[in-house]
Amino acid sequence: MKDTKASFAARRKFLSKLGAAAACTGAVVGAGTLGAVQNVVAKSEPGAGGSSFPTADYDWTKHRWGFGVDATKCIGCLRCVEACKRENNVPGDAHHFRTWVERYVYLEGEDKPRIDSHHDPVNIEASGSEREYRFANRYKGAKVEKAFFVPKLCNHCTHPACVQVCPTGATYRTKDGVVLIDHKYCIGCQYCVQACPYGARFFNYEKQVSDKCTWCYHRITKGLQPACVEVCPVGARVFGDLEDKQSPISLFIRNNRVRVLKPETGNAPNVYYVGLDKDVI
Amino acid sequence: MEPLFDTATYIGSVYPNETVIPWTVLIAVYPYITGLVAGAFTVSSMYHVFGMERFKPVAQFALLTALCFMLFVPMPLLLHLGHPERALNAVLTPHWTSAMAAFGYFAGFYLILLILEIWFVFRPYFVRQAQQKTGLVGALCRVLSLGSYDLSDKAMRYDHKWLFALAVTGIPGAHGLHGYVGFIFGSLKSREWWSSDLMPVVFLFSAVISGVALLIVLYVLSCRLRRVAVDLACLKGLAYVLWGFMMFTLVLEGLEFSNIVYKGREGIEMIMQYVTGPLVVPFFIVQLGIGAVTPIVVVSYMIWRGTTGKALIAGITVSAALVLMSVMMMRWNVVIGGQEISKTGQGLLSYHMLIFHREGFLVAAALVAAPLALLAVLVRLLPPWSDNAMPSSHAAVP
Repeated sequence: MKDTKASFAARRKFLSKLGAAAACTGAVVGAGTLGAVQNVVAKSEPGAGGSSFPTADYDWTKHRWGFGVDATKCIGCLRCVEACKRENNVPGDAHHFRTWVERYVYLEGEDKPRIDSHHDPVNIEASGSEREYRFANRYKGAKVEKAFFVPKLCNHCTHPACVQVCPTGATYRTKDGVVLIDHKYCIGCQYCVQACPYGARFFNYEKQVSDKCTWCYHRITKGLQPACVEVCPVGARVFGDLEDKQSPISLFIRNNRVRVLKPETGNAPNVYYVGLDKDVI
Repeated sequence: MEPLFDTATYIGSVYPNETVIPWTVLIAVYPYITGLVAGAFTVSSMYHVFGMERFKPVAQFALLTALCFMLFVPMPLLLHLGHPERALNAVLTPHWTSAMAAFGYFAGFYLILLILEIWFVFRPYFVRQAQQKTGLVGALCRVLSLGSYDLSDKAMRYDHKWLFALAVTGIPGAHGLHGYVGFIFGSLKSREWWSSDLMPVVFLFSAVISGVALLIVLYVLSCRLRRVAVDLACLKGLAYVLWGFMMFTLVLEGLEFSNIVYKGREGIEMIMQYVTGPLVVPFFIVQLGIGAVTPIVVVSYMIWRGTTGKALIAGITVSAALVLMSVMMMRWNVVIGGQEISKTGQGLLSYHMLIFHREGFLVAAALVAAPLALLAVLVRLLPPWSDNAMPSSHAAVP
């Protein structure tokens, strides 16, 4: 019995030491975590002291960006795709795009459209390289009833499913309404790639992180247009500040009957379309 | 040279970025491994918590099995990550709206619990070894006994309280961990094939059957290797559990599938094309026919006829092996299947599994085999058998 008591005492002593050690470790880890949390918070919150954020001459609380696509104007020249790939160092193959263009063709006697994009092997063969972008003239002899192009890109949703599922907070929505990815913090799990209903995200195998359209954030914060908007020869892409009632995007939304893609997902997209058909997906 | 990325062929219309399938065979293996953990733990709890004596021969072995697989749970994820060195970001700065953010905590908590439970179960063994053995084993056991050699009734009662508490906590722990894996898939609204409220429950029940099936196969195998008789009561008990949980699993999977078909939302034509085309062999023939219906028929027949002896052992073991295969196919059909149906609802992709690749077949197979190899070593260090010379180290629940 005595032995038992002594043993219990020894065990208690050991456990109390263990507890103290655990508490110390906990404190260190806790402090470390707090530091890391503050780092992440800094990514989405304006810095203290009223100075503008994220750069000295750009304040993201003063803007709310929006994007418009007039599908009736798009001619499928794919200059936007080319410009985007160059501007943003997007991998040059046919499987990674920040923006792309879909072609919808209704042939006579068919009730479903034939949908292709420049990643389609037939189109790649026509251009001679997957780094050249163009649509093959595959419907030359056919009787086409209706056809149109639909440019696609990240919708920079108000309730982005991709941001919701990111386990680290590496992807986030800025105050000016742009969904960005911190490539230095992303772990590359691709949960966000799965969550995006629009297929706008891809895994950048060069950087081993998730990647997608940023509306050329590095350009728009300097007062420039996104590269795809800049090069569009027909004005099918419109970009601007929704806070400014006279901006191109505000006028685009006011003067047209616009819609968004897949509104039923609840993501509340911010790319507004004109001239979509019921079969556009 | 391994390719930088692998592309999927497709029919119909798909988004260009979809042609690189994000989650590979490793992400199918991951829920398979966590499922085996949850299932094995369930069997151990049936003895340690609910006092079902017939499961005593496998109760401790089940705990070791759960531990061996649990240690490998993070491996498929780490191998999949683009930046595995940043994996701790998810734990240091968890983004709580993410269904994935709490994984590290869940898994860590459960792993600690499992180790503690195993320690309490094997404490008497450590103490005896520490007192009897010299050399490396003795030294190791002296360390593992943490300085307390007390095996009195009072101390054992105290241990038992802990053991019971840990086993009780472990039930929601193990099942929570696995239900949570199901939620990662079920909560995604972007894919019709995954987006189901039933997904976590289907994962959980199939996890239990896979864990029970694994224990059946390993127990029978171990008895052969150790040249001891199989405890038929235990084996039959495991078969009953397997049978019961399989019924639930089948009903749930049937309900889930009927829901998709009956609701017939946008894209259902493509799903039906998938189901009646590429899915016929992996789902209807392999997972359902060979892996689920066959074992149910065999086990039902044996229960009905009162089969016993060698025939019972063979029948149950083969059935269990088929169930193990079936659950692996279920993981595959969910994880890979979901990604083969395009988000456009207008096209189908087909995933090509690479062989020699960081995320290829060989690595996946090694990840399933590695816990078994570890288990083979661990049972030599910590003999979990109550049927050999070593007396039971744990008093049964009164």
